[in-house]
Amino acid sequence: MGRSSRIFLVPLVTWLGLFLVGPLLMVAVYSFLERGPYGDVIWQPTLANYTRALDPLYLRIYSKSLVLATSTTAVCAVLGLPLAYTIATAPKRWQPGLLGLLMVPFLTNFVVRVYAIRLILAAEGPINLGLLSLGLITEPIMMTDSTMAVALGMVTNYLPFMVLPIYVVFEKFDFAMIEAAKDLGAKGWPVFSRVILPLAKPGLLSGLSLVFVPVLGEYMIPDLLGGAKTLMLGGLITEQFLRVRDWPFGSALAMILVTAMMFVMWLQHRYRGIEARRGDGGRIGYSRT
Amino acid sequence: MAMLSIRQISKRFGAHNALRDASLDLGSGEFFSILGPSGCGKSTLLRILGGFEAPDSGSICLDGKDITRLLPSERPTNMVFQRYALFPHLSVAENVGFSLSLQKKVTASDRRRRIDEALALVAMDGLGERSVQSLSGGQQQRVALARAIICRPRVLLLDEPLSALDLQLRLRMQVELRALQRRLGMTFVFVTHDQGEALSMSDRMAVINGGHIEQVGTPSALYDRPATDFVASFLGTMNRVPVQFHAPCEHSANHVWVELTGGQRLRARWSEGTTMPPSGALVSMLVRPEKMGIREDCHGSTPRMTEAGDELTLSCRVADMAFHGATTQITGQLHDVDISVTATHLNRDGLPVGLGQGSRVRLVVKTEHILIAPDNARN
Repeated sequence: MGRSSRIFLVPLVTWLGLFLVGPLLMVAVYSFLERGPYGDVIWQPTLANYTRALDPLYLRIYSKSLVLATSTTAVCAVLGLPLAYTIATAPKRWQPGLLGLLMVPFLTNFVVRVYAIRLILAAEGPINLGLLSLGLITEPIMMTDSTMAVALGMVTNYLPFMVLPIYVVFEKFDFAMIEAAKDLGAKGWPVFSRVILPLAKPGLLSGLSLVFVPVLGEYMIPDLLGGAKTLMLGGLITEQFLRVRDWPFGSALAMILVTAMMFVMWLQHRYRGIEARRGDGGRIGYSRT
Repeated sequence: MAMLSIRQISKRFGAHNALRDASLDLGSGEFFSILGPSGCGKSTLLRILGGFEAPDSGSICLDGKDITRLLPSERPTNMVFQRYALFPHLSVAENVGFSLSLQKKVTASDRRRRIDEALALVAMDGLGERSVQSLSGGQQQRVALARAIICRPRVLLLDEPLSALDLQLRLRMQVELRALQRRLGMTFVFVTHDQGEALSMSDRMAVINGGHIEQVGTPSALYDRPATDFVASFLGTMNRVPVQFHAPCEHSANHVWVELTGGQRLRARWSEGTTMPPSGALVSMLVRPEKMGIREDCHGSTPRMTEAGDELTLSCRVADMAFHGATTQITGQLHDVDISVTATHLNRDGLPVGLGQGSRVRLVVKTEHILIAPDNARN
């Protein structure tokens, strides 16, 4: 990029500097300070927030969040890959419509959307009423306020983030390759594992981090669908800032989360770097970051 | 008995009749071309042979076994795809050895040996470790070929494999492909829209138009004795001279009598598969430019026939003369019917002295080289 065109980046850099890097630095600094008696901070350097974050009580929350994020991502991948493939192989004139359907949820408010799931799963919701009237159950199943409900909400909300990058790869995919694989003797699974999956990998990797990273820090969905019993890392941080008013501890937890997310993205980047050096994927035109 | 026999294959895509009652018999070790304009159904036929499309009706037998309903993976056929369809995430050797790697019983060393062998056959020795994306178009073509022949299919299907190459490379690959086919003794079914390719490479060929097989035969038979108007016009160039239909010939089927200007009658072959018009209707007389001998003008009425009725003489005024080195082509105005024709003359020997623009010449054609076809919109 030429020197003169860099000037166009000034607004963006200023924006990011003021509203992203600035606050992040503030959080980083706060995480090393002490909490004041009235929810303020005392400018006294300490590592106490981090040692406290290692308490088994919190470690359990982290691991629960990690398990939830991992399983949500896995479910999204399992559902998203065939969905993206189906959309990409649908007749060209249907594709914009199908992609549009995928985006329909984003037209409604996030809270409304999540709350709708709560209503569906509720004791007096359609599922329970249906099962009751069919006589399959005698009393409503408690589906809300559970980790299952949270996972359901997560998958529903984040599936498009998995589908879109994979679709982008399949869109440029030469489907004659699948015919070639079949022609050369592949049937069923090898067609998928030897041709489709390796070529979809760049999109899949993007999808994995696009789902995993936000889900790990998600606090609204666990709050609305998980009830008080299901406290996740995101919820824990929110609680520190909004209810407990322990900004330094909340900051330390936030820093841990940010570090974890950056680690995931670094892993993905590194993996792609290895793949790129093997000279892979260029033909399907997926741009690497 | 034919090795591959295709019986009355029909295929529709919605309202579009891609193939109508296509039947073909292919011998073992034959280089067979399927030629036709785009959308004529030739690729559909190839895809049906490969198992990628199921025919609506009809059957395919290979070595006496019905393979119509077999999956592509179960057929002893392999395909070279139009855009090669190489796997970009695999190396050249991995692409070539893909089918072997699916067979558990092939050992790694055996696989390596056969990959090297296949690569050597297509003159790609030593390039196995390369990534397929680093290859040129011609090299990718060779890899696709090696990948398809490594398992020695009974029939190799080639879907316009040379169409993506530039002219120079295409000509070279034509020769190499033919040499490879002879060396392997394998049956090749080669789909192309390039008449030159089909004529120069094939043992036999079929011309398809609108989902219908128009004619099957050796390239020279199709060129010299086209059965239909379509085959005549699709292969090479044709002069079209309007004549009047008189009557079908009572002695030999497929022959008709037509009337030239001046009442001269001529007996020639009638285009197969078309209905004959009523007497007096306008039809076309089709003659290849190189079948028209250019002679010095002499007096006498034209058009006229020889006594035996085997040679026709037309009179023409030269409008343009073009020297192409090996051939000389004249474009002229027919004296009697006011229509322009071209005649191609090999070498310059025997051309009338002082031939040039404005000269009057005689054009001589043997009647066996004349085809009479309905007068359609093609002229």
